[in-house]
Amino acid sequence: MKEDSAGRQTENGESPDPGQWKRTTLVARGREGGLDRGASWFLAALAVVAVVVPILNQLVPASSPFHLSVYAITLIGKYLCYGMLALAVDLIWGYCGILSLGHAAFFSLGGYAMGMYLMRQIGPRGVYGDPILPDFMVFLNYKSLPWFWHGFNHFAFAVLMMIFVPGLLALVFGWFAFRSRVTGVYLSIITQALTYALMLAFFRNDMGFGGNNGFTDFKDILGFDLHSDSTHAVLLVITAAALAGSYLACRAIVESRAGRVVLAIRDAESRTRFLGYPVETYKLWLFVFSAVLAGIAGALYVPQIGIINPSEFSPINSIEAVIWVAVGGRGTLYGAIIGAVLVNYAKTYLTGAFPEVWLYVLGALFVLVTLFLPRGIIGLMPARGKTKGEIESEKEVEAEEDREQSLKE
Amino acid sequence: MFRTELQIAKTILRSGQRLLPLLALWFGAAGSYAQSSNDASFLSTLGELRDASYADKAAIAERLSQSGHPSVRAVLTAFLEERLYYRNSDQKIFIAKTAEGDPLNLIDPLTLKSAGSASIDSLTQIGTNNALRSALRATVARYSLSSQDASVRSDAVREMEKSLDDPTVALLRQRSEIETNSGVKKEIATALALAGLDSSDAKTRLDAIATLKQSVSQDVRNRLELLTGKSPDGSFSESDENVRRAAAGAVAKIDRWRNFYSGIETLFFGLSLGSVLVLIAIGLAITFGVMGVINMAHGEMMMLGAYATYTVQLAMPAHIGISILVAIPAAFVVAGLVGVLMERTIIQHLYGRPLETLLATFGVSLILQQAVRSIYSANNRSVVTPDWMSGSLRLNDALEITYNRLYIVIFTLIVFFLILLVFKRTRIGLDIRAVSQNRAMAKAMGIHTKWVDAMTFGLGSGIAGVAGVALSQLTNVGPNLGQSYIIDSFMVVVFGGVGNLWGSLIGGMTMGTVNELLEPFAGAVLAKIFVLVALILFIQVRPRGLFPPKGRAAEDK
Amino acid sequence: MKRTAMSITPWLISVGIVFSTLAVAQDTIKVGVLHSLSGTMAISETTLKDTILMMIDQQNKKGGLLGKKLEAVVVDPASDWPLFAEKAAQLLEKDKVAVVFGCWTSVSRKSVLPVFEKDNGLLFYPVQYEGEESSKNVIYTGAAPNQQAIPAVDYLMKEVGVKRWVLEGTDYVYPRTTNKILEAYLLSKGVAPADISINYTPFGYSDWQARVAAIKKFGSAGKKTAVVSTINGDANVPFYKELGNQKISAENIPVVAFSVGEEELSGVDTKPLVGHLAAWNYFESINTPANKAFIDQWHAFIKNPKRTTNDPMEAHYIGFNLWVKAVQKAGTTNVDKVIAALPGLETPNLTGGTAKVLPNHHITKPVYIGEVKADGQFNVVWKSAGEVPGDAWSDYLPGSKDIEADWVTLKCGNYNKVTKKCSGQNYK
Repeated sequence: MKEDSAGRQTENGESPDPGQWKRTTLVARGREGGLDRGASWFLAALAVVAVVVPILNQLVPASSPFHLSVYAITLIGKYLCYGMLALAVDLIWGYCGILSLGHAAFFSLGGYAMGMYLMRQIGPRGVYGDPILPDFMVFLNYKSLPWFWHGFNHFAFAVLMMIFVPGLLALVFGWFAFRSRVTGVYLSIITQALTYALMLAFFRNDMGFGGNNGFTDFKDILGFDLHSDSTHAVLLVITAAALAGSYLACRAIVESRAGRVVLAIRDAESRTRFLGYPVETYKLWLFVFSAVLAGIAGALYVPQIGIINPSEFSPINSIEAVIWVAVGGRGTLYGAIIGAVLVNYAKTYLTGAFPEVWLYVLGALFVLVTLFLPRGIIGLMPARGKTKGEIESEKEVEAEEDREQSLKE
Repeated sequence: MFRTELQIAKTILRSGQRLLPLLALWFGAAGSYAQSSNDASFLSTLGELRDASYADKAAIAERLSQSGHPSVRAVLTAFLEERLYYRNSDQKIFIAKTAEGDPLNLIDPLTLKSAGSASIDSLTQIGTNNALRSALRATVARYSLSSQDASVRSDAVREMEKSLDDPTVALLRQRSEIETNSGVKKEIATALALAGLDSSDAKTRLDAIATLKQSVSQDVRNRLELLTGKSPDGSFSESDENVRRAAAGAVAKIDRWRNFYSGIETLFFGLSLGSVLVLIAIGLAITFGVMGVINMAHGEMMMLGAYATYTVQLAMPAHIGISILVAIPAAFVVAGLVGVLMERTIIQHLYGRPLETLLATFGVSLILQQAVRSIYSANNRSVVTPDWMSGSLRLNDALEITYNRLYIVIFTLIVFFLILLVFKRTRIGLDIRAVSQNRAMAKAMGIHTKWVDAMTFGLGSGIAGVAGVALSQLTNVGPNLGQSYIIDSFMVVVFGGVGNLWGSLIGGMTMGTVNELLEPFAGAVLAKIFVLVALILFIQVRPRGLFPPKGRAAEDK
Repeated sequence: MKRTAMSITPWLISVGIVFSTLAVAQDTIKVGVLHSLSGTMAISETTLKDTILMMIDQQNKKGGLLGKKLEAVVVDPASDWPLFAEKAAQLLEKDKVAVVFGCWTSVSRKSVLPVFEKDNGLLFYPVQYEGEESSKNVIYTGAAPNQQAIPAVDYLMKEVGVKRWVLEGTDYVYPRTTNKILEAYLLSKGVAPADISINYTPFGYSDWQARVAAIKKFGSAGKKTAVVSTINGDANVPFYKELGNQKISAENIPVVAFSVGEEELSGVDTKPLVGHLAAWNYFESINTPANKAFIDQWHAFIKNPKRTTNDPMEAHYIGFNLWVKAVQKAGTTNVDKVIAALPGLETPNLTGGTAKVLPNHHITKPVYIGEVKADGQFNVVWKSAGEVPGDAWSDYLPGSKDIEADWVTLKCGNYNKVTKKCSGQNYK
């Protein structure tokens, strides 16, 4: 058990970071019964985006320099979906210390659920003209729809599935893992094994999920044409709303008493267990909730992007999600979302402007952020609404931290 | 006067003796005329090759071999090896001394003497295709029967087994009488027995089967199985019942042995896959186990090792044979240096934060990948397998072990035991172990922890580089080499237990063997998925791997 | 100060995107290049990007097109399929390119197809593929299965006398479709089902020991056996290495591949591969003046005399020239007019023949079968009598033999001749 000078101990092999611990509680607490300033600003900004961007697309004429093309709308929508995924990862990592390197699996499962619904919606308008079977099944000589496809022609069922399937997988996986007290790196690696196995499985053409090509060529959702700009604008608004809703839900969890227990689990798991809290149950339900969030994010991602394919399961995607959270600021919720948006915007910009060297820039970005911004972008800003006393005590803690660090050298 | 018969005979003999030089001259002249007309016809037949189609070329080659000209063997061998050219200017045909090089050294096909050299642009190659090469091989095999090299003779006999016509059988029978090498004798016996199966005498056929029963060759088995089968009209193709029974028994015996050897082969496949996994994982086990650092750039260290091999081969193209041996220390040094650099600049600031190191090293991996793409281009690079590593070791007709994988298994074991030695017997190993168990205490004892950290990381990365040398012999060398193996290496380390070398060895070998055993039944993808799921379940039972680190200090990990 | 920094970040991003969508008018014609420059496909696609740059350079030296210079807009979709769709949208909506040359894998093409059809763009697709598609907005300059796979099988059956077949593929659409077509074709030619073995392995599969041993076993039943390989990309190298090590020479079990060309061979030790086959519509070793000029031009452009040329490069050469001709014929770069001008247009290919655009948006191509030589080049052992017209909907598959594509008279990409209906891709 590693101990810091204040006698606090952590179990995950990480030195406790008192500043960060303090910061999260400060941020979480905020004003009585309301949101703290940071969160309000964030939600306001989100609302602005959700309102202004569709207006710039729908109401402003195409010739005006302020017009936003559909390309920009789908791009922003994609960023927001990724933001939701980052939020899900931050919830279990920043607040409970569970580093899941396979969260993209839940994202993709939700995406596939939505994809299956959209494929059924194509109906007889597919290439082979079969009213029931999607094109890839006709091509593979399927005689009838496999059992797991039934029901996906109803939107409600699809919504149920996109919540249920990632949740169930998280429940089973988590039940086994947490019960056996698998922690730290081992847990991370087996989440990677999980997503890798799923990727291999979905790549198989025999599985009935479209194999390597995945699902694409969608026509409409709930009757609305997926190729019209207005549908995309509406999807953007829905995504923004979902993101806001998830954010508020996560905050509610984190600020509640359960949230305190979760923080305690992150910082001192054995101690919390000895105090009598059912640690495994807390971890499990947080994990399941996070998986469901990721699944919904994936489901919103698919109609905006127009394709879902097994490479979404690849371990790299999950690692990227973790990087978004690290860049934005772990343990701050909105930091994760900002990190996701920033990193993906950088990627979009760099692959267009510097196609030959963008990987250098991205790689350097990750290295520099981890070295110099250990608390992410959010760490560049002081916490809001502090009393003078709090600022003083924080300064003391930081001074002590520095002394400790020099001892370690 | 009448002479006696004897006197007449003597007279004839004496005149004959006087005539002898005349006769010799006469026959010599006739012979040389025949020789020169032989040469001329040989040359003209050879010339037909220039414009002939592939099918005709085979017929022409046969005519050449029938001609009995002394240069036939050299010409046909050159033809087989794509060393036969004609000069564009005068359409004359030449043999090239070697297949590569510019200009080429030419040999005159008639005299087999050097005929100067010519640039490759002034020559046109007389091409071959697969069918033609097959036919040529069979023809050339007949000449190889008298080669000095026993393995060449053995191959020749095996080649001749594919087409056992009467002249071939006669040739083999002749050879078997003067053959001294036991392996070749056995081969000839098999060939003759195969020919014996066609005999009309049932006893001969039975004897042949008795000889062939000892073989484990697939071709022999197929041939024997034909004896048990039926002709299209329903009757047995083999009339004698005893022979049929013997043949069936022989087939069953051969099948049993072949299955047994097939099992050994699968086991070998598993060990070789496992040894690759072990090589990859050892470096990771060291850096993670000892330092608590998750190195996502580990795959790129392997890639650097593979590229080091490529570069060494570029630098010494004439000595491919020892290039691998030179590449091993080169790769170790290059990857090790990059590792030390990474550690000094980035990782040392991130101690105690394994998850941050994961992210930072991921960034480094992106940079390394792109750097390699910029320096060497995005394409795969060609790494040549040296001759001593190519081909396979032929234990018998049913079991061939490929050399490259055999050497890699041996190499892995050597590397493993070397590392073990370093850890257990050297000072640096002691320091590393001390630091990994209790850093503060080690520091208090006067060990330079920073220096040890750098060395450990360098060691782990260096081993990854060496793994890259092995991988370059098995698979593509490209910027994505690391990505393909990083997941597997993590699995092995987690399975074996972090920080434990024996765990990595046993873990890697087990995973490889299980994967290979499942593959024939479940297919490649399902076998892989099964191994992954089994790993997930296994971790539930043993959350810290096969050989978990023990003691209080281990709680940190 | 700092708190506002955080809250205006979303503003900054939005404004940034807004301003980056402002089109800056210039007097050039923009040509989009949509090929992966990083990731798994970079190995194959970077060369194609360079080919288009070379063609643009050459055209500009000739005075450009319609009096304007051509400008290349290169993006990197990084072998990431959703990113392909995004970059395609960027090229068409933001950069407003007149034409795009791009894609390699079928997934990338399928993911950009809705974008091209919605934004009415024009894509020239240079890679051999599985057919079963014909879009108004795509010209397929690569081979359809009847221009590659079927002639290869014919060659093996007739010239080499193959009786047993192993269809070995990577598990994705192109091999699956091709193998379906080939299986139907072989059965129709009287091959027994027991003499056909079909097998799939995942992408990047590298441990071929067991699989190659199984092929060896299948091939030692006494009948001449061949392997028809639709193994993709990276997995080919370890496959051929293992073939060499287990002593499967091209003379006993020949392997004919559809995805292995000069570029792939340049990264491999070709000694064990000598004699194995490939089927393409172009080989670098084909000796014509046009090909020699192209190779010299390529070596000068890429500043490396050792770089090889290959079939997809020729496809881009043909596609680019067809586009230039169509623009000159239509007098404008307007996509609809150019698409209307294309069918019927002809341009010389690099092997001494001509490529003609067909109403189904495929082109005519000659077929060549070559054997691998020790220097990584191919020795042509068979060629088709003339050019073979590309058939988008294979006649050997029950689902598609009734379907026909015709964008000139029928104005439909998948018209069912039996039900007389046009279905699927028919965006107005």
